[in-house]
Amino acid sequence: MSKMYHKEKSIQLKSSASALYNNLSVLRIAPRCITYFTVVHANVVNMVSASWDGLNYSHRQLQSKEGNVATSSSLIMQAAWCVLPSRDLLVLTSQKGIQMYESDGSIMVYWHALDTPETPTAKAVFARGIAAVREKYICVGVSSGSVLVFDVPSKGSNITLSEVLEEHKEAITDMASECSGNLECIADLVSADDSGLLCVWKSGEDFQLLNKIPGFDTSCSSVKLWKGTVIAGYGTGQIRLYEGVTGILLAEVNAHARWIYSLDIAPFTGLIEHMYNECVTDTQICGARFCDGDGYAFAVTGYDLSEIIRYTQA
Amino acid sequence: MSTRTLPLLFINLGGEMLYILDQRLRAQNIPADKAKKGRWQLIYTRELMKQELFKPQELYSKKALRTVFDRLAHASIMRLNQASMDKLYDLMTMAFKYQVLLCPRPKDILLVSFNHMDAIRDFVKDTPGILSQVDETNKQLIEIYTPLSGGEFQLIRQTLLIFFQDMHIRVSIFLKDKVQNSNGRFVLPTSGPVPYGTHIPGLIRIFSCSGEELRRMQFRDGGNYSATLREGSFEMYGDRVIKLGTNMYSVSRPVETHMSGTSKNSSQHTKVNTTPNPLAKEELNLLARLMGGLEVQKSTNTDSGFRVNLFATDEEEEEALISRPDELSYEVISIQATKDKQTNAALAKIMGEFGETSEPAPSSSSKGDDLLAMMDGL
Repeated sequence: MSKMYHKEKSIQLKSSASALYNNLSVLRIAPRCITYFTVVHANVVNMVSASWDGLNYSHRQLQSKEGNVATSSSLIMQAAWCVLPSRDLLVLTSQKGIQMYESDGSIMVYWHALDTPETPTAKAVFARGIAAVREKYICVGVSSGSVLVFDVPSKGSNITLSEVLEEHKEAITDMASECSGNLECIADLVSADDSGLLCVWKSGEDFQLLNKIPGFDTSCSSVKLWKGTVIAGYGTGQIRLYEGVTGILLAEVNAHARWIYSLDIAPFTGLIEHMYNECVTDTQICGARFCDGDGYAFAVTGYDLSEIIRYTQA
Repeated sequence: MSTRTLPLLFINLGGEMLYILDQRLRAQNIPADKAKKGRWQLIYTRELMKQELFKPQELYSKKALRTVFDRLAHASIMRLNQASMDKLYDLMTMAFKYQVLLCPRPKDILLVSFNHMDAIRDFVKDTPGILSQVDETNKQLIEIYTPLSGGEFQLIRQTLLIFFQDMHIRVSIFLKDKVQNSNGRFVLPTSGPVPYGTHIPGLIRIFSCSGEELRRMQFRDGGNYSATLREGSFEMYGDRVIKLGTNMYSVSRPVETHMSGTSKNSSQHTKVNTTPNPLAKEELNLLARLMGGLEVQKSTNTDSGFRVNLFATDEEEEEALISRPDELSYEVISIQATKDKQTNAALAKIMGEFGETSEPAPSSSSKGDDLLAMMDGL
């Protein structure tokens, strides 16, 4: 029996959301009964922590600090939390490189600079696509198509670049790791790019490419991996489900009339059927996330909107 | 982000500027001979079609771009007061923001650009010299942009939207046509044809391992979409299909803006450019190159010049200047090249040293320094 969602009180942001793929990240901190949200606005990350009782909100803004430069106007492409068994890190990707912070955004623990050319080139340079894989990896995509694999210790800042995966030829758009919690799944990570190509990987000392699923001449902007199934959203508005390891097309949904910007699944529901739709009037949605694993609540952000809109099941 | 954004921004804003000024001149009933009807359009068009723009580069700040358009607007004998210039720029930017947001696909921004180019070509069609410049620029647009993928166009679109972030100036013609709400946000219809390449939402297909369709299901998506129209032409000439970017003004549809009704909380205006200098050095270099060759027309002879008012009366124009909210003020760097002979000579020297090459001179950063130092002294 599918349940309807209804709109909840929105969370105000200090500045509006920029039109970027997957522009909303959510971190649920059960022990403290709070949920963190991050939304990117140009060169700033807006962080809001919301208490579950709805009474307390606190805000923080992070600017993309690069290396030694105190302030910077480098634009941020994405901000996302990476949940590892021993620690949660907030990862920011920008035109200049990749930064990793402690989960509350208080301290930067790692900075990786991209090779930015002296004079701008026809192809833009940036990092985009963030995923935490298994116990100790954080993978980040780059505009060249490379996927950088970082080895993350259980604490401290001794994070190292362990491998660079070169399968994609177009800019990485999004990455996702297996989210069902099922350790028996062979595939650990899926990466997507502007040509719609999906690469399915197994993590390890050396990451292993399990499969390449070609695109159909359209960008894949958002991707998820659940029980070995790749769920991908495309620029044509379609959502496709593939069996990751074999590449078999399982389902195809003509879901939207515009380019899909963000896609999320609630890992504990096990549902793939249409339940509900909603229209956020006059707003171009750029981020969409479930706030919990059961899919009880979800949140969306929109371009030029200075609030996070929330929906919960009735 | 995308290094291919500036030409599209410049050409589309420039196109809107021509539409608006054309409408205002007709509305003001400036005598045809005084307006030298074609001339100002020729001059602006010539300045818009600058090859400099096509070099891969980051998008410039709002300030720098506004300064360029300020200079451009004064390149002919047309005169605009501060208030009218502000309003002109408001209209230009809101119009292009609207077009970018409403484009069904990111690639359609190129069709919008072609609509502007088609109109510009029509303005200058009787002047072979300028017409060939327009054709050249059009060819470059085709060469550079038609091979780009949908994803790359999306990046251009995202870069443009960052430039337009938080701009919610209300435009009369948009309000009347109900494409903009009273809070300044644009109406996004959930009906009409889907973009080229997209299917009408609603169908779910499930497949077997061997690839055959097992079953289909329909769901209601809440919209009211129809099949896509044919794709517009990306050639030099052709039916663009999309109407965005065509001239929406006419004598009977005036251009007006409302200064109120923008974001309620002005603390939301997070500035993108946080560098301590008013303009980054590269921006100054571009400015210098774009201004090089721009003859600033002396306004001493009132007979040969004419003033364009973007408002209905002079009083309204003055009132608009006084009452413009702080958060909407455009910080324009004023370079009074005509006033100070010494400054003018320095500027001319810098201009002269740039030459025709598209690659910046090795010591171009020092040129930026010179210009910056000069402006600091103004």
